[in-house]
Amino acid sequence: MRLDERSPAGSGSARDEAAVAASRLDIGHPGDVVVSGIDLVVPPRSSLALVGTNGSGKSTLIRTVIGLIPPVGGSIEVFGAPPGRRPTRVAYVAQSHAGAHVLPIRVLDVVRMARFAHLGLLGRMSSTDHDLVRWAMEAMGVADLGRAALRSLSGGQRQRVHLAQALARRADLIVLDEPTAGLDAGGRERYLEAFAGELHRGAAIVTATHDIGEAAEYDQVLLLARRVVALGGGDAVLTPDRLLETFGVVIHDTHEEHAGRFTVAERGRGGPQTIETRRPDG
Amino acid sequence: MGPLIDPFLDNGFMLRALLAGLLVSVACAVAGTFVVLRGLACLGDALAHGVLPGIAAAILLGLPGILGAAVGAVVMIGGVALVTRRTRLSSDTAIGLLFVAMLALGVVIVSASDAFKGDLVAILFGEILGTTPEQLLLMAVAAVAVIVVAAIAARPFLLLSFDPEQADVSGFPSRRYHALMLLLVALTIVVAFEAVGTLLVFGMLLAPAATGALVAHRIGLMMAVAVAIGALSTYVGLLVSYWFDLAASASIVLVAVAIFFVVLSVTSLREPRPTRAAEHETVGAEAAGRHR
Repeated sequence: MRLDERSPAGSGSARDEAAVAASRLDIGHPGDVVVSGIDLVVPPRSSLALVGTNGSGKSTLIRTVIGLIPPVGGSIEVFGAPPGRRPTRVAYVAQSHAGAHVLPIRVLDVVRMARFAHLGLLGRMSSTDHDLVRWAMEAMGVADLGRAALRSLSGGQRQRVHLAQALARRADLIVLDEPTAGLDAGGRERYLEAFAGELHRGAAIVTATHDIGEAAEYDQVLLLARRVVALGGGDAVLTPDRLLETFGVVIHDTHEEHAGRFTVAERGRGGPQTIETRRPDG
Repeated sequence: MGPLIDPFLDNGFMLRALLAGLLVSVACAVAGTFVVLRGLACLGDALAHGVLPGIAAAILLGLPGILGAAVGAVVMIGGVALVTRRTRLSSDTAIGLLFVAMLALGVVIVSASDAFKGDLVAILFGEILGTTPEQLLLMAVAAVAVIVVAAIAARPFLLLSFDPEQADVSGFPSRRYHALMLLLVALTIVVAFEAVGTLLVFGMLLAPAATGALVAHRIGLMMAVAVAIGALSTYVGLLVSYWFDLAASASIVLVAVAIFFVVLSVTSLREPRPTRAAEHETVGAEAAGRHR
């Protein structure tokens, strides 16, 4: 039990609780339910991929899990409490980063923000905090950029910094919205390695992704299309029929080697749009 | 000691004006930094002008103007919060409407009274040369309060500037700290208007902090630069106004804005393309992300 070693005394009762447990959960906004009747459990040390088009409910579910919007109906608990009540145990990487482009701030200070949940308003950074920050920056390959201004970085480097921030939280639940968007190949490799490590450490991971190849690696996959299309293991869920239901059209399914390789056509505004996806390790 | 120092040593009102300007500079640097970082310029502007009817009403009732300013600021913040929460209009629209309403109300109140002519100019442009020791004390207390609050709430304010959602996820409710930040800005405006006026206080709030944002890569450093530039502007502006017999508060604000443009041209000469290019790249990446 790795969790035992790092759980502070007193939080032991929460040890075996699911990271996320939703039952008959309706998400959306009052009067505008986006997805209804979600039942899912994400245990510690397990991963869940949310797959669907824009507007399918992925981001709404993510925002519900981290407590930014309340559930419309049903129930959801994060470590046995309503979402948003366990800031030290939950890390989040947003899809876009509001103020990051103009803020006069160094990379190091961005990653240090991860520790604020633990430190509160005035707590001093301990050597453990500094170690975690350094480790997270090394894991994402941005350790030598510590003193660089965030706004001087490229989009890919900036995304690495945001992922390092999530790592430095040392959370028990990590929620990622399109984490590989803008990452270069090197960044993607480091991301996969670092977050596999987090999973091994005992953290649960929930990721919204368009990448069906990546989703196939997850313990559970939830297909969303303003309703629950399917929930289950990647092998059972990521079938051409269900992807058809989720995305609109699947052109072909070539099943190269042992990896799933799908080409999915999404019905966009400007006619069908082809998105090719493949496994990251392919 | 010469023309650079004598005016302040020989005239009590000049020394008090200098002190008032320095205190206003400190408060404005701290509050202004967050106004710039959070993109609250529009709200800051509206707040600065929105206090006008409060001040006018207070003077009409024989109460201290500062009390009316405080009420005006609170009404303004509350009104903006209410309109943005109840409608799907952007906050800019709500702020614009309230700003115009408050300004019009101020003028209506002023026009209802005959005894206002001199006071109105003082409200709009400040009376820094007429600063009293009591006002100085109040400014000092307010400056200290602004610094203390900003220091205590530094982490949530940083998270809020970075990404309000990240503040929420980190256990610092963004709505609460946003309100605190607005109160900080309001407090600064309320105590600074007597020195530099409701029209010009906005310049002191924005110009030094914006200059700091041009040169600093850390928020603390940005504030320090803003304080230094505010102080320099106060000193130079007062001197210019003394020797050339110009309006004091307007001279101070003009110097502050002039420094911003000088620094802007120097920094854009030194690094003409990189920031531009990075911005474009980011915008492109974001657009791509949205369409995927």
